[in-house]
Amino acid sequence: MNPLDKLPTPVRWMALTAAGITVLAVVQWITDTDKLTDAATSGAMLRWAVPIMLAGLGGLFAERAGVVNIGLEGMMILGMWFGAWGTINYGPWAGLLIGIIGGALGALVHALATVTFGVDHIISGVAILIAAPAVTRFLSLEIFDGYDGGSITQSPGLDSAGKFTFPILAGGSLFGWDSPDFLGWLVDKDWPLIGEIADVAHGITTSVSIFTIIAYSMVPLSAWVLWRTRFGLRLRIAGEHPQAGESQGINIYAYKYAGVILSGALAGFGGAFIATPELGGIYQEGSTNNQGFIGLAALIIGNWRPAGVMAGALLFAYPRALGFKDLDGDSSHALLLISGAALYVISVLSYRKQKFTDMILAAVIGSASLIWFFNSEIVDKWFISILPFIIVLLVLTFFSQRLRMPAADGQTYRKGET
Amino acid sequence: MTDTATPPASTADADIAAAKRRERYMSLAAPLGAFLFSVVASAIVLVISGSNPFEALSDMMGHASKLETQVSMLNRATPLYISGVAAAIGFKMNLFNIGVEGQYRMAAIFAAYVGGAVALPAPLHIALILLVAMTVGAGWAGLAGVMYTHRGVNEVIGTIMLNGIALGIIAWLVRRWQAGGDIAVVGIGTEPIDDSGILPNLTWLPEMIRDLKGARELTGVLILAIIVGIAYHVLLNRTVFGYNLRASGGNPLAARAGGVPPRRMALTAMFMSGGIAGLVGISEIMAKGRYNPNFVGGLGFNGIGIALLGRNHPAGIAVGALLWAFLDASSDILQTSGAAPKEIIDIMRGVILLTVVIGYEVVRRIQVKEEAARAAARLAEASE
Repeated sequence: MNPLDKLPTPVRWMALTAAGITVLAVVQWITDTDKLTDAATSGAMLRWAVPIMLAGLGGLFAERAGVVNIGLEGMMILGMWFGAWGTINYGPWAGLLIGIIGGALGALVHALATVTFGVDHIISGVAILIAAPAVTRFLSLEIFDGYDGGSITQSPGLDSAGKFTFPILAGGSLFGWDSPDFLGWLVDKDWPLIGEIADVAHGITTSVSIFTIIAYSMVPLSAWVLWRTRFGLRLRIAGEHPQAGESQGINIYAYKYAGVILSGALAGFGGAFIATPELGGIYQEGSTNNQGFIGLAALIIGNWRPAGVMAGALLFAYPRALGFKDLDGDSSHALLLISGAALYVISVLSYRKQKFTDMILAAVIGSASLIWFFNSEIVDKWFISILPFIIVLLVLTFFSQRLRMPAADGQTYRKGET
Repeated sequence: MTDTATPPASTADADIAAAKRRERYMSLAAPLGAFLFSVVASAIVLVISGSNPFEALSDMMGHASKLETQVSMLNRATPLYISGVAAAIGFKMNLFNIGVEGQYRMAAIFAAYVGGAVALPAPLHIALILLVAMTVGAGWAGLAGVMYTHRGVNEVIGTIMLNGIALGIIAWLVRRWQAGGDIAVVGIGTEPIDDSGILPNLTWLPEMIRDLKGARELTGVLILAIIVGIAYHVLLNRTVFGYNLRASGGNPLAARAGGVPPRRMALTAMFMSGGIAGLVGISEIMAKGRYNPNFVGGLGFNGIGIALLGRNHPAGIAVGALLWAFLDASSDILQTSGAAPKEIIDIMRGVILLTVVIGYEVVRRIQVKEEAARAAARLAEASE
């Protein structure tokens, strides 16, 4: 048993976060770079994690109800288009809502095909992946092409809903009072380790957009809905053992519909967020950039739990955020050292569990990573872009026994059939 | 259900024959119905957006009746067909190879690079390019296969992640392997392949009818696609391996009890699917003579759609690929004639796909129900 498992959940998460930042600080010190724990990096990570996290939470609701949704990317595209359209015509708040509705409409098609007609979930998902970009392209031609500054592939620029700096922690104003900037003061002190932690925290509390705050509030909200309400219990029954739920008189179809539509709504939120000035600032074709799939990845390594999805999204967003700030690529280069070291740890753990194939595999990949680290000065952007996918495959390869997906996930359910 | 009239015993055989005929009509009804539905749905969209659907349809039909258009349809259908077969091999084993997209692009860049780097006599040169493409495709798919069989990593997730990795690696390789080795210049692509590595075209075939306008050519890869189709058919229906494959895909438990090793079947199917996927990019390489940064994408996902449309049947996939190619060609004419926005074609494709999968599922359900009713009737008859 892992000693960490005995700690209460919030303490465990805090310990893991602190450990993560410590590793970054140490690596930063060893490799003599400065961007790994920079406030700008953590701020960018916070923003870039939002679409991934929302897509992951979307996948969570669908898969907890037993429906696999690989069409998340398509629903994000719909959300991004409708969000941009709504923002241009009715302002950022209505735009967000319209984007959410757009994603939910895509999900409705998926629910109709998989729940009502019993089509295989993957097949329906692929159909949505093909159809969604076609729909938005047509709509762009019909609508954005006629706008000033718009074209068939992009919309005009969008307005922001506003930003928020946390008072006291990061010096935001509180009812007109300019509160002290506590974390900024800590950063200036530059104490070892505490300085780095404060810098990361400063980045995620300074001028955060209101949409970002709403997005992160979806994590505890999802956890509460799924594990603390009757609705959530029934939704999870639909994904674990629908026949058992049916025998209790629960309308499984209705809960599956609810799960899938919520899934599309969250993915639509994620898509709309990409179009806000926080990330893109316009609707642009292709700028969802596989984040729906990365969200699916966050769902898996997050073990089908909201906090896990968030942790996964932040983990995947980190190299990307670093890549944006780290133009010469020497800080990203340090990630090779971290991944090499992590794989050696896995190798040792596997040895202790007598899993020798795992041990050799992890040692080989870890050595490759280290050899690359020592034989290069910088690392290319392409490595950063594929890192999330590599992490997922590694996690699935080495830790798949620790992951547990809903028991009836992906299975077609028909009322009255076993 | 048992209240249906019991047929007399003497007509039982005729009854089965009639049921089989009905079954065949019904499985045709699904794709035809889906196509009609999508035409009607697209027409409604066109009317709402202010275009004349009849004008658009007549433009499309008029365009498709030209020999030049038919040649370009065959050119477009060729890679789509190969991609459809690649997906279908997986489907037959109940494996979703979502990764055809990554596999064919990975295979294409390696094949183009090797093809551009060597000088060999024609047949060997072409064979080498094809071999590299198939090996890389099979290897990339095999990676997902090994993770599936040895680590239980779901093949859908595995291939999706490998797609993402492939695109990243290709973005890097295409600069690294750029012709002339100058990384500062972008967008050239790999070293061009000598003429000895290019499959001869089949332009003489349509030119037996009449000369083609413009510099239009019929791709030689069409032959390869036909070979792939025949090989797929023979493999599936005339070999022990094909039988085992269908058995494992249809009922893995029964197949296992019958001595078919499920792990090895899954792995082999994945390798084969990837090997065929490796050939998808060949027609583009042969046409351009290199891999360049705007290499055609999306053939993998469309191949999955086409395999679904054609129910994994070699002829059905061909019909699906030609339909897709027809829609592609129509999109060109709509752009030039201006009768309707060409994006309507993509919407039609999405609608066809969604309605056809729903249609197949509904037909399957009705068939299962009828089968049960027939069996019940037969049972009642026997017990009398």
